[in-house]
Amino acid sequence: MDIATAGRHAQAAATPTGTAGHRQKLVMVGNGMAGVRTLEELLKLAPDLYDITVFGAEPHGNYNRIQLSPVLSGETTLSEIMLNDLDWYRQQGIALHAGDKVTQIDRVRRRVVTAGGRVAGYDRLLLATGSNPFVLPVPGKDLPGVISYRDIADTETMIDAAARYGHAVVIGGGLLGLEAANGLALRGMSVTVLHLMPWLMERQLDQVAAGILQKSLEAKGLQFMLQAQTEELVRGESGRVCAVRLKDGRSLPADLVVMAAGIRPNSELARSAGLHCNRGVVVSDTLQTFDPCIYAVGECAEHRGVAYGLVAPLFEQAKVCANHLAQLGIGRYSGSVTSTKLKVTGIDVFSAGNFAGGDGTEDIVLHDPGAAVYKRAVVKDNKLVGAVMVGDTADGAWYFQLLKDAQDIHEIRDHLLFGRTHLGDAGHKGQNLAATMPDEAEVCGCNGVCKGTIVKSIQEHGLFTLDAVRKHTKASSSCGSCTGLVEQILASTVGGAYQPADTQDKPVCGCTDRTHGAVREAIRERRLLSVQQAMAALEWRAPDGCATCRPALNYYCISTWPHEAIDHPQSRFINERAHANIQKDGTYSVVPRMWGGLTTADELRRIANVADKYSIPTIKVTGGQRIDLLGVKKTDLPAVWQDLGMPSGHAYGKSLRTVKTCVGAEYCRFGTQLSMSMGVKLEKMLFGMWSPHKVKLAVSGCPRNCAESGIKDVGVIGVDSGYEIYVAGNGGIKTEVAQFLCKVKSEDDVLAYSGAFLQLYREEGYYLERTVHYVNRVGLDHVKRRVVDDAANRAALYERLRFALQGYKDPWAERAPGQADARAASEFEMLEA
Amino acid sequence: MGTSSRSPAAPAAPAAAAWRDVCPLAQIPPAGARVVKTARGQLALFRTADDVVYALLDACPHKGGPLSQGIVHGHTVTCPLHGRRIDLATGALEAPDVGCTHRFAVRVEGGRVLLDLR
Repeated sequence: MDIATAGRHAQAAATPTGTAGHRQKLVMVGNGMAGVRTLEELLKLAPDLYDITVFGAEPHGNYNRIQLSPVLSGETTLSEIMLNDLDWYRQQGIALHAGDKVTQIDRVRRRVVTAGGRVAGYDRLLLATGSNPFVLPVPGKDLPGVISYRDIADTETMIDAAARYGHAVVIGGGLLGLEAANGLALRGMSVTVLHLMPWLMERQLDQVAAGILQKSLEAKGLQFMLQAQTEELVRGESGRVCAVRLKDGRSLPADLVVMAAGIRPNSELARSAGLHCNRGVVVSDTLQTFDPCIYAVGECAEHRGVAYGLVAPLFEQAKVCANHLAQLGIGRYSGSVTSTKLKVTGIDVFSAGNFAGGDGTEDIVLHDPGAAVYKRAVVKDNKLVGAVMVGDTADGAWYFQLLKDAQDIHEIRDHLLFGRTHLGDAGHKGQNLAATMPDEAEVCGCNGVCKGTIVKSIQEHGLFTLDAVRKHTKASSSCGSCTGLVEQILASTVGGAYQPADTQDKPVCGCTDRTHGAVREAIRERRLLSVQQAMAALEWRAPDGCATCRPALNYYCISTWPHEAIDHPQSRFINERAHANIQKDGTYSVVPRMWGGLTTADELRRIANVADKYSIPTIKVTGGQRIDLLGVKKTDLPAVWQDLGMPSGHAYGKSLRTVKTCVGAEYCRFGTQLSMSMGVKLEKMLFGMWSPHKVKLAVSGCPRNCAESGIKDVGVIGVDSGYEIYVAGNGGIKTEVAQFLCKVKSEDDVLAYSGAFLQLYREEGYYLERTVHYVNRVGLDHVKRRVVDDAANRAALYERLRFALQGYKDPWAERAPGQADARAASEFEMLEA
Repeated sequence: MGTSSRSPAAPAAPAAAAWRDVCPLAQIPPAGARVVKTARGQLALFRTADDVVYALLDACPHKGGPLSQGIVHGHTVTCPLHGRRIDLATGALEAPDVGCTHRFAVRVEGGRVLLDLR
C-alpha cells in the first residue's frame, strides 16, 4: 500500500521560491512507534527540511504496540490503538510504502532497495527496524498453531485460535508472556505458562514479588510450570501443533503455542550493509551509527551496550535523534532508567531501576502477605535506585520520579514505603488508588474532569505525557494539586510507555529547550536587559515567545538588572499591566494597601465614598487584613485610585502582597513584641517588590501566633527575648508549615534577615515558584548558609534588595488622571467606532 | 477552513465596504490590544509584534473572557481568564480545544486603523 506525497510538496510547489528540488531526502526503514515518533519530533522542529519516505513491513499505519495486550484481552479494539493513520502520512506529505520490506542498503550509492524492487535514494537514513521475537530452536517450531507475540497479525491469530481451540501454552513468563496468557485466558482458553527460570518476570521482579504475582494469576485461572525446558512441539493428526513435550518427559496438550521468550534487536539489514553491530545496531549518544549518514532508534539500536525493549526510552531517543536530523545539533542521549508495569487488569505490578540491589545498596521492605502487598525500595547513598511493588502500585509514578531525579530521600526515608500521602485531592481526602477509582470519580476539582474522561482521552489520542493529558483534558492544568493523581492514571493506562515529566530539567516552555536555571544564568552573565534581547540572544524558536515565557523573562530581566532592565508591559499578565485583578466578568478588583492591616477613619470614609460614587457592587474584607472593592470597570480604575488616595496593595501581582499582623504588645495583654509596628516596617521596606510568585508575610507578637505566621512565605513570631523567623510556609493549594530559619534579637535584624532571604529567593527562584517550592528545591541548608551563617553575604543580599526597591513609585499615583503619560493612560481608555 | 463560514466578514470586502476610521496604528501597542466600543458590541483590536492588525469580538469562546486583556504572541492571543489560545487570523481556539470567536475585517491605511463592522 502506498501513499503519495501531497501536503508539504504541494505547498512548496505553490510558492515561486519553492525548495522542493533542493530538499534533502530522508528514508526511514521501519514504521513503528520509535521511528514515527522521531518523524513527529522532526516535523515539529524542521517541517520543510526533508522529503520523507517510509518503508514498513506491516500493512498498517503506526499503532500503539504496547496496547496489543488489551486488544487481545478484549478490553480495547484495534482501531482504538492506531496512533498515526494513513491520513496522517498524507497530510504530512510522507511517502509511505507499507508492506514493502527493505532488503538492502547500498551505502556507496546511498540508496535502499526493497523486496518489491523499489529503489529509494537517501541523504539521511533512519533505521527503526525494531526487534524480532526469539523463537526457540526446538523441533516443531514452524508448525501451524505456533506463533510469537509481536504484532497485529499475531494478535489476530490468537484471537482467532481462542475462538476455536481449548488449550494454549505460552512459553516465557516475562511481561509479554504473562499478558498474552492473561488475554487468552480471558478469551476462554485453558492456559499454561512455561518458564525456564525459577520465578516469573525475573528481569523485573525479585522472588518474593514474583511469588505474590504468581498466586494472583493462579487465582485468575492460569497455570504455571517453572524451570520447565521445552523439548519439542508435537505435531497432531491435522498437521497443527497438538502438544508441548518437556525435557523431563512431561507433555501438555496445546492447540496454540505462543513463544514469548524474549526479543532480539532486528539488526540484520544493518549488519548486511556492513554497519557495526553487537546485539543491535551500535549507536552513539546522538543516535548515529558508524556511518554518519545513518541513524538508528528504538529496539534495533544498541546504545552504550543496552538495547531497550520498552517504549519510554525509545521516545527519549526519538527526541534526540530528531534534533540532530533537524541539524540543530544539541541534545545527547545518555541512556534511560526504565520502569515496567504489567498490563493485567486487577493485578498491579511495578518495577523500576536496579531492583536486584547489590554492593552498597540497602533494602527497605514492606511485606504484607495477607493483603498480597509487597514493596521494596533499593537505596544507595540516600538515593532511590530501584523499586519493586506488587499489590499496591499507586505510588509507582512517584518512585520512578524520585529515581529519575536522583532525589535525596534521606528526609523521607522513614515513610518512603507508605507513599506520597498527599496525592491528589489537595491533600484533603487521603490516598486514592488510581487503578481502583471508578470512572466517574472526579480527579481535577478545578476543571471538573473525571477519571473516565482522562483514560478515554489517553487511549483515543495516544497520549504518553502529563503535558499532553493536560492539553487534551485540562486535568491538573489549573492549580496542579491533582498532578500526582493524573500521573498515576496515565502510568496505569499506558504502562511501560509512561514518561515522567522531567521536573529537574524542564524547559521554560515550547519556545526553547533551555531551563529556567539556564535562562536566569544567561541573563545575568550576558547582561540581557529586556525580553526581546533575551529571546534574541537565547535563540528563542518563536520570535516573540508565548504567554508562558514572556512574563518569566520579563521578571528575570528586571530582578537581575534593577533600574537598568527595560520593563515590557506587554509581557506582563493583565493584572500587573492594569494594576488590578481581572475577574470572571471582565471587571476588576481594587485592593488599596493598608500597612500591616492598619487603617484610619479617614481612609474608611474615602473607601465608602468611592464605593458610592462608582457604584461598586461588592466590598469584601480579605484574608490579608484589607478591603477589596469588587466589580470596578476598567475605565474607572484611574479615577478610583485617585479618589482613594491610598497606595496600591499589589493584590494582583507576583510581588509583595500583605504583612498580616496581630495586635501585639501595643494593646494585647499577652503580647511580647510590637507586632503592628514591626509589620508596618517590613511592609514599607518591601513595598513594590516583584518576585517569582506572590509573597505574603505575617508578624505575631507572641507564640500564640494570632497572625498565622506558620503558613507564610516569611513569618515572624515575637518572643520575650526577640523574634523567631520562619520561611517557606504556604496556606494555599497544599498547606505547608513554614520552617524555622533563625532567631534574632532586634527589629533591624528582622528586616535584614527577612530581606536577605527574600532577595535570595528573588535571585534564585524560578518564575511562578513559591518560596516553599524554591526552598524544597535548593534545600533549607543552602538558604541558612547564605542568609544565616554568612554575615557578609546576608548584608550583600539585603543591600541588593534595598537598591532594587529604592525610588519605587506607587503605580496607582503614577496613573492618576492627568498624571499618566499617554501610553500608560491608553491602557484604561476605550476606543469607539 | 471550516471556520470561515461562521465569519461573515471576509478579508476581501466588496467595494461598498463601510470602513470606519478607529485610531492611528500607534495607539495600539505592538504585541498588544485595545478595546473598541461598537454597535456590534465590544471588539478587541490586536496589533502583533510584526504590525499586523486583527479585530475579534472581545469574548473568548470558552467562557467569554476579554481577549483584549490577554498576552499577544506571534499571531495568537492567550485569554487572560483560563489560558486558552486563540488564532487571531481565524478566531479559532488552538487544538485540541474547539471553538471560534467572531472576527471582523480590519486594515491599516496611511497609518490609520480602519474597521468594517458588517
